[in-house]
Amino acid sequence: MNQADIPLLELYRTMLTIRRFEERCNYLFMQGRIPSTLHLYIGQEAVAAGICAHLRPDDYLFSTHRPHGHAIAKGVAPRAIMAELYGKVTGCCKGKGGSMHVGDVRVGMFPAVAIVGANAPLAAGAALAAKWLDKDRVTVCFFGEGAANEGAVHEAMNMAAIWDLPVVYVCENNLYAASTPFFKAFKIQNVADRAAAYGMPGVIVDGNDVEAVYRVAGEAIARARRREGPTLIEAKTYRLCGHSRSDPRTYRSREEEEEWAKRDPIPRLAGRLKELGLATDETLERIEQEVQALIDDAVRFAEESPLPDPEDTLKHVFWSEEG
Amino acid sequence: MALMTIAEALRQAIREEMRRDPRVFCIGEDIGIPGGFGGAFTVTLGLSEEFGHERILDTPISETGLIGVAIGAAMAGLRPIADVQYGDFLFCAMDQIANQAAKMTYMSGGTVKVPLVLRAPVGATGRGAQHAQSLEAFFTHIPGLKVVAPATAYDAKGLLKSAVRDDNPVIIFEHKLLYGSKGPRAERGALSPVGEVPEEEYLVPIGKGIIRREGKDVTIVGKLLTVYRALEAAEQLAKEGIEAEVIDPRTLVPLDKELILDSVRKTGRLVIVEEDNYTGGWGADVAAMVAAEAFFWLDAPIVRVSAPDTPPPFSPPMEQFYVPSAERVVQAVKSIL
Repeated sequence: MNQADIPLLELYRTMLTIRRFEERCNYLFMQGRIPSTLHLYIGQEAVAAGICAHLRPDDYLFSTHRPHGHAIAKGVAPRAIMAELYGKVTGCCKGKGGSMHVGDVRVGMFPAVAIVGANAPLAAGAALAAKWLDKDRVTVCFFGEGAANEGAVHEAMNMAAIWDLPVVYVCENNLYAASTPFFKAFKIQNVADRAAAYGMPGVIVDGNDVEAVYRVAGEAIARARRREGPTLIEAKTYRLCGHSRSDPRTYRSREEEEEWAKRDPIPRLAGRLKELGLATDETLERIEQEVQALIDDAVRFAEESPLPDPEDTLKHVFWSEEG
Repeated sequence: MALMTIAEALRQAIREEMRRDPRVFCIGEDIGIPGGFGGAFTVTLGLSEEFGHERILDTPISETGLIGVAIGAAMAGLRPIADVQYGDFLFCAMDQIANQAAKMTYMSGGTVKVPLVLRAPVGATGRGAQHAQSLEAFFTHIPGLKVVAPATAYDAKGLLKSAVRDDNPVIIFEHKLLYGSKGPRAERGALSPVGEVPEEEYLVPIGKGIIRREGKDVTIVGKLLTVYRALEAAEQLAKEGIEAEVIDPRTLVPLDKELILDSVRKTGRLVIVEEDNYTGGWGADVAAMVAAEAFFWLDAPIVRVSAPDTPPPFSPPMEQFYVPSAERVVQAVKSIL
């Protein structure tokens, strides 16, 4: 892949949209505008952006309890995500899902799965269907390194390998499963090392370098499109925010956080864009303003949308053609 | 009309649905291996010869994985019939069933459908505590699942075909002593009822029960094997001039409440018989429903006949003590007359 083939400005816009969306969510949460909890994606934006840039709207995506970034990168409307976080009837799940279940099948994203690791077999199943029904549709499944120790992930990867399923498993190793550090849960250094045990390629990539993620994802997704089988990508990254609401992050050092902040993927990409002559400060400022306007619009939409009728609780337990 | 066992009826239902719709496929352990068993109770025997090993898909021993794959495939447009060898193994995959299959349509605001069929054999059959449980109540409790429990070949075929065409997850519980599995997979002590099944296409609607025997003195509700225990009891009672009405709900969710309520309004007495444990059993819910909705028609307390609150035992005399017998049903009826 040539440098010129990497849509760096688009990736920057996606990453910045995720960052600003998450920052605004945090602010709105602190204000009490958003009920319930939030798992923010701040620091990991290069992974979602670099992977999803290769996906078409008809490709399938399975996400986790930390899904906002994946949803934005896959093309779910920020308005619909924000309204869902507000519990509004205009949300992407009509208020039935909430933060941990955002998704929109019209753009290929199933409701995010908030049971750790449970999305891996579902992704294998969707890939099985796509292998039979579609020429080149692929499925991507995101999960954290914490999920890698779940039995469901093991069972799914084995099946994906034996049936050569067109699925890409993306492990976002952000070093902490809630508060539990990687080294306490793994005897090995890399989650991707397990790929060999399943019989699929395992690739390690710097998850804070969107160019690297984009290159690795391109190969894995093309392999799946060619129906040559699954890939496990491990993106080494870091959650710059807490695990969930009001996480004081006392299980890790400020020094470690500062080290990772220096590798923040967004300033890093901004520097790269300028270095390559693809953007000036003015370009970046314009993108910033456009992103802010998009988020403002999403918040306004969510604020102005109606809450569901309490009796809507009773709808959608079973499928109905009427919706 | 053809005479067939439940295993044969299920097999024919699968064959017809797979011929009708190329999106239908079977997924499970040991279901299509050449020289294998055709599933634990022969239901899929021979199907891989017609449909190949993609559509009769053998999996590793991975209940979470295979049920999760089936759910994901259903979400993405296929119509899987997943199979566990023993219902007890559903516990391995409980997250996939309870948190994924059952909730996906709801969590998506009604935009994702999960047309999944999940087949599971139940019942105590000399295999000890982990290959014997009657698990229906665990699943009737979970909103978003439909649960069916056919007791005859006619219903097994018609309900499985309806389940395949339903756009929701449907669990079909099958009793091991009713299959009529043959050869080395035959069950000791099996009832193996053979029933008439029409040659022409038919469906049994999900959500409709049936009166197996009419009577005016007492209503007995059974399901799966206990339908036959209830009928046996009714025969004995008839010799003493007591006319029992026997109801087979066939579907547990959604339950045909009116059929049961109408019968109780007629007889004034209700005995519920099932192989589940007593506490929190499916029958408890039926009893509560009848008490709430037909209290003033009841002439006596509702009585439940069930397994005791123990795991299923192994040794034959203990197992016979554990599963409800016709004699216990007779005693239960007499206790409220």
